[in-house]
Amino acid sequence: MTAMATSPASRQPISFAFLAQVILIANSFIMLYPVVVMVLSAFKTTGEIFEHPFALPDFTQVGNFAKVLGETAMPTYFVNSIIVTGVSILLILVLGTMAGYAVARYESRTNTFILLFFLAGLMLPLKLAVIPLFILLRDLNLLDSRWSLIVTYTAIGLPSAVFIMAGFLRSLPSELEDAARIDGASEPRIMWSVMLPLARPPMAIAAIQNAVPIWNDFFFPLVFIQTDAYKTLPQGLTTFMGEYTTDWGMLFAGLTIAAAPITLLYIALSRQFIQGMTAGAVK
Amino acid sequence: MAHVSIRDVRKAFGTVSIIKGVDVDIQDGEFVILVGPSGCGKSTLLRMIAGLEDISSGDIRIGPRIVNDVPPKDRDIAMVFQSYALYPHMTVAENMAFSLKLKGVPKPEQKKRVTEAASSLGLTPLLDRYPRQLSGGQRQRVAMGRAIVRDPQVFLFDEPLSNLDAKLRVQMRAEIKELHQRLKTTTIYVTHDQIEAMTMADKIVVMHDGIVEQVGAPLELYDRPANRFVAGFIGSPAMNFIEGRLGPDGLGLPSGAVLPLDMKSQAEAGSEITYGIRPEHLQIAPAGTPGSIPATISVIEPTGSDTTLIVKAEGGNLTVVLRERCALKPGEAVALKPVPRQAHLFDAQGKRIATA
Repeated sequence: MTAMATSPASRQPISFAFLAQVILIANSFIMLYPVVVMVLSAFKTTGEIFEHPFALPDFTQVGNFAKVLGETAMPTYFVNSIIVTGVSILLILVLGTMAGYAVARYESRTNTFILLFFLAGLMLPLKLAVIPLFILLRDLNLLDSRWSLIVTYTAIGLPSAVFIMAGFLRSLPSELEDAARIDGASEPRIMWSVMLPLARPPMAIAAIQNAVPIWNDFFFPLVFIQTDAYKTLPQGLTTFMGEYTTDWGMLFAGLTIAAAPITLLYIALSRQFIQGMTAGAVK
Repeated sequence: MAHVSIRDVRKAFGTVSIIKGVDVDIQDGEFVILVGPSGCGKSTLLRMIAGLEDISSGDIRIGPRIVNDVPPKDRDIAMVFQSYALYPHMTVAENMAFSLKLKGVPKPEQKKRVTEAASSLGLTPLLDRYPRQLSGGQRQRVAMGRAIVRDPQVFLFDEPLSNLDAKLRVQMRAEIKELHQRLKTTTIYVTHDQIEAMTMADKIVVMHDGIVEQVGAPLELYDRPANRFVAGFIGSPAMNFIEGRLGPDGLGLPSGAVLPLDMKSQAEAGSEITYGIRPEHLQIAPAGTPGSIPATISVIEPTGSDTTLIVKAEGGNLTVVLRERCALKPGEAVALKPVPRQAHLFDAQGKRIATA
């Protein structure tokens, strides 16, 4: 009797929480494993990588990094990636927030149409339109420049940013706006001083969600950029892979450097990001 | 401080008419409460005074000027919202100083006014907190503080106590009234709670379905309701209504009983009228007493200070409030004797005819 009475109580805590932990740990391992291998291999020579793929390297051996930064165009690629990603995200956030604000907060007959127009952009894979896009950029004289990438990425990122921002801004109580209006705030001031500070979590989501694919994108630079001075990291790193031999150590060092900024950005924004994801879950 | 006048104001959303011609005069320094059931247009009227809704036709004046097309910030008003609408990312002090900051008031002056308002509301220790760290009552006070620092001509309150629990509501009610007595700023207050209206107002405006049913001091509305709607809306528990027919000896009730009417009525004999009597104006008498309403006790609700009885009579439920405790039991047959000269008569359109 006693055993029967206690067994459900003692069994229950294990079942769900424990299983969840196991799955989460396994998942983290799968996610982190390639990253760890990449960082470890960055400190090894190509020979060492093939001899002892899982061994801990000598972390003082930074030859790969020195070679990547000193003997290749890696610093140029890095700066290009920063410029392209940074400007694109800035444009996406500024334009997306303004459009989202207008769609969400002002009553107008064209609102639904505008939102649907943006949403149509979400459904459209721009890669399918790469040839017309190429011709368009050529006619605009933007081909083979950083701007070709910036305008393309901004166009790709805007729909989701407008969607996220409009959805969030709509959920803010309109009484806040009324209160600010009575307090004497102009429309731009209401947006800037009252709504935007509250909209930081969805802005972080829009930023991260766009920054990662832009930073990692290989396709559009490959198509649009020929000049070495304008190449971004993913495209530049391919030059490390030779036709016959590849310096794997150097490639991993390059990848480690390439992955660092976006990882740091994610860590910096993760608090806001998580807040945004769980917004509305708990009052 | 200012006089507010509302002249034949109308509001329609598309083809739906929300406010159907409202005239109200609010004197300088007066505390006026707009009260009515949900959907009666009281909040819309308040938002029109604030400038947050356009006026379809008519005029609203604050002081000497017509403000129909004046934006909210230039109307010299302050508003307290039902949800408080505090800026979540600003501290209490920043919330209160926001309007002053926008107006370009110098920093030291801002600080002085915020400190003054905060100390008068007991908010001084909370100035550095954020709204999310405050309780409901404290948030309510901050919302009031935000209104006070502006020193406006008119205060507008939109159901400010609806989100508070019953006990806090009673406390804040007294605080708002005390605040008004101290500042003497013209105040327009919207509520659906007739108790709030009765206890706080200098003047009550009862609204129903987009029109004003009656305007008057609280006790005037209570003692002489202009129509059946006001009679039923003001007062808690609500007034009892019995449909009857006017005969030569008095009012013939559905049960066959006849209530003698001590009045000069404009109504013709034989006409259908509604007899209204407040629960506290019915007395319990032994069953069979002449000139009374036969009834059966259904429910007894003692509250300590008085006793509410629900009785079955005249084909429906009537409410009786006794100031003393009683030894009655459910199921007991009694008679209800109206206190003379306390009943109200309404004609078939619901308009007041006389007091009986």
